[in-house]
Amino acid sequence: MSKISLIIEREYMSRVRKKSFIIMTFLGPLLIGGLLSLGVFLGMSDSSIYNVLVVDLTPEIAIDSTSSPKAMFVDELKETSQVRFDYTTSGLTNAQFDSTDYTLMLVLREDIITFPEAEMVFRKLPSMKARSYIKSQVERVIEDNKLILESIPKEKFDEINTDLNIITVDAEDGSTSFKQEQAFIGFGFAVLIYFFIFLYGVQVMRGVMEEKSNRIVEVIISSVKPFQLMMGKIVGVALVGLTQFLLWVILTGILFSAATSIFAPELSNAATMADQVQATEEVANEVSKDAMEQAAIGEMAELILFRVNWPLMVGMFIFYFLGGYLLYASLFAAVGAAVDNDTDTQQFMMPITIPLVFGFIVSEFALTNPEGAAVFWFSQIPLTSPIVMMVRVAMGFDGSSIWELILSMALLIAGFVFCVWLAGKIYRVGILMYGKKVSYKELAKWLKY
Amino acid sequence: MAILEAQNITKTYANHVALSDVSISVPQGSIFGLLGPNGAGKTSLIRIINQITAPDEGKIIFNGTELKPEHVQDIGYLPEERGLYKKMKVGDQAVYLARLKGMNKTEATKKLKQWFKRFEIDNWWNKKVEELSKGMAQKVQFITTVLHEPKFLILDEPFSGFDPINANLIKEELLRLRNEGATIMLSTHNMGSVEEICSHIALINNAKVVLEGGVKEVRNKFKEGVYDIIFSGNMLGFTNALGTNFELIHHHETEDKLKSARIKLTEGASVNDLLKTVIPVAGVHSLNEVIPSMNDIFIKIVQQKEESDE
Repeated sequence: MSKISLIIEREYMSRVRKKSFIIMTFLGPLLIGGLLSLGVFLGMSDSSIYNVLVVDLTPEIAIDSTSSPKAMFVDELKETSQVRFDYTTSGLTNAQFDSTDYTLMLVLREDIITFPEAEMVFRKLPSMKARSYIKSQVERVIEDNKLILESIPKEKFDEINTDLNIITVDAEDGSTSFKQEQAFIGFGFAVLIYFFIFLYGVQVMRGVMEEKSNRIVEVIISSVKPFQLMMGKIVGVALVGLTQFLLWVILTGILFSAATSIFAPELSNAATMADQVQATEEVANEVSKDAMEQAAIGEMAELILFRVNWPLMVGMFIFYFLGGYLLYASLFAAVGAAVDNDTDTQQFMMPITIPLVFGFIVSEFALTNPEGAAVFWFSQIPLTSPIVMMVRVAMGFDGSSIWELILSMALLIAGFVFCVWLAGKIYRVGILMYGKKVSYKELAKWLKY
Repeated sequence: MAILEAQNITKTYANHVALSDVSISVPQGSIFGLLGPNGAGKTSLIRIINQITAPDEGKIIFNGTELKPEHVQDIGYLPEERGLYKKMKVGDQAVYLARLKGMNKTEATKKLKQWFKRFEIDNWWNKKVEELSKGMAQKVQFITTVLHEPKFLILDEPFSGFDPINANLIKEELLRLRNEGATIMLSTHNMGSVEEICSHIALINNAKVVLEGGVKEVRNKFKEGVYDIIFSGNMLGFTNALGTNFELIHHHETEDKLKSARIKLTEGASVNDLLKTVIPVAGVHSLNEVIPSMNDIFIKIVQQKEESDE
């Protein structure tokens, strides 16, 4: 056993010391941190001020006997700290607009009530948020005017205006169901497992190919069993992966907090962060005109987080990650042993990558239909279960369905034991086989050696 | 006493027999040449001895007991297809390989330093293998093979890839190791080195042992009653005198104007008969028996076998 730990040590140390590992360790978080910081930065730039020149071409009319005649939109659009409106009733050419200080020019046509269409001339493309805010304001004014025209009281309209909120309820326990939302969390874990298996499975394959083409393998297996060498490599690479993952988590955290404190000092403070969120929400509220819905979303997020069984989730993540990695890494090792060079790997990589990619697709599918038959079956098959089951674990199990999880776990254990055994057989023969283009038929024969 | 005995080893791969009922016995302290044409089964046998593969039938007795996993520490193996991790430092790699053979780190490092000194390669310790030439890497590999002082050394084509100076260095090291008590099995196509350093051989052809024994005995066994005779006199008269009792294989004139003839005795004829025949017509300067070289024996046996197969 001490020999296998020697192999693990070498595999681990030689990889961790590599320049590419060190570069990736720092580059990974830089990329992630950079993207996150960019997001923050862009989010901030969205707080730029929009000075909108509203060109109101609607006829000046008095709404009732008491008021003086005026165009429909003048002084009607609500301003915020970010969006300010100035009004004019005479049209400007685009060139004229270009010489003003306004960021946007909103041209509202004369017959906008019958043809709800407006033109927005920009010097700098406005953000999605600003556009939807302006749109909602114009819509509100048109609606109000239509209500007056049709003599419908505003209160009546608000009463009629319906926004249906569907709450899904599980028939079994009568509780409100957020399964679909929970599935998203599981999908995040599924993506992690998918990438990890791919990245480090291929590393195992390359390692095996290196030993084979170096011809050092025969020296080593005269000291240790081929199986020990294979397992040592698989475990060593797994540890490298875990190390890299941990370093990423730590470094990303450091980088992200460093970046936010440099580029957005106010964000590093929790209290002001809450303010920022508040401010954004306020704008959103105005857009949707429904503060209740916003509150419901916040509540739902809490519920989802609360409803995911985190100890189970993390425990199962580790279990399925290890099981899935062992299963695939051993198959990758077998492929590495069976071939002589890179180009030959293609034909054997296919049958390994297809179930992996398929698992990924099914788990995506599980987001829209978490309880479909496909999701059930592919969460049982060991080749896809490490990915698909993550989504189901996030949704939770109860007394009557927990057997599905237990069965899937048992199948995965059986699956990786079988794959490791199978790979061991192929590996043992393959690593000493040179200059022969191997077919599947040939591989089958090796199992009998 | 034999340090290693292969008893009735049979190994079959899916559609061909690699070894068929092979038995050999390697005497303690010998340098044993494992000979045979390409694909005869030598590497299969070597891999079985190294416990890389298992035989289908038969067993290996090592040092009096059946071969066990622990025996890897007593065996050093230099495969024909050899290599090292290219990106690893020479010293680290040598220590790693020694530790896989069961040595501890300090002991391995100490011994390696001694070997590196002896081979005058101390300054290679921190170099990466990819910086070494092929011959240099082979030297390192040789050291890692013998470092743990195995009782039994198996070298597959040890001289290939070495220049004559380094090949000689390896040869001397092998003889030194033998003198210090190691038994060495070497598989080679280099018949010159077999005659030079091997005390015993086994010739494997088509999965079977076709010849085994001490090098001297084998060569004597293959004597065919052929003699080289050097004489002065008339070649024509010499040829006429030979008659039907002796067969003239070939003849030529030597540098000092003497005649040299290679003669095969026919059945029943003795060396004395030959002398009686030629003395009247020639002045005999020397008469030597031609002992076949390992090369001749090798070619003869392998070709005979091929002919009988056809």
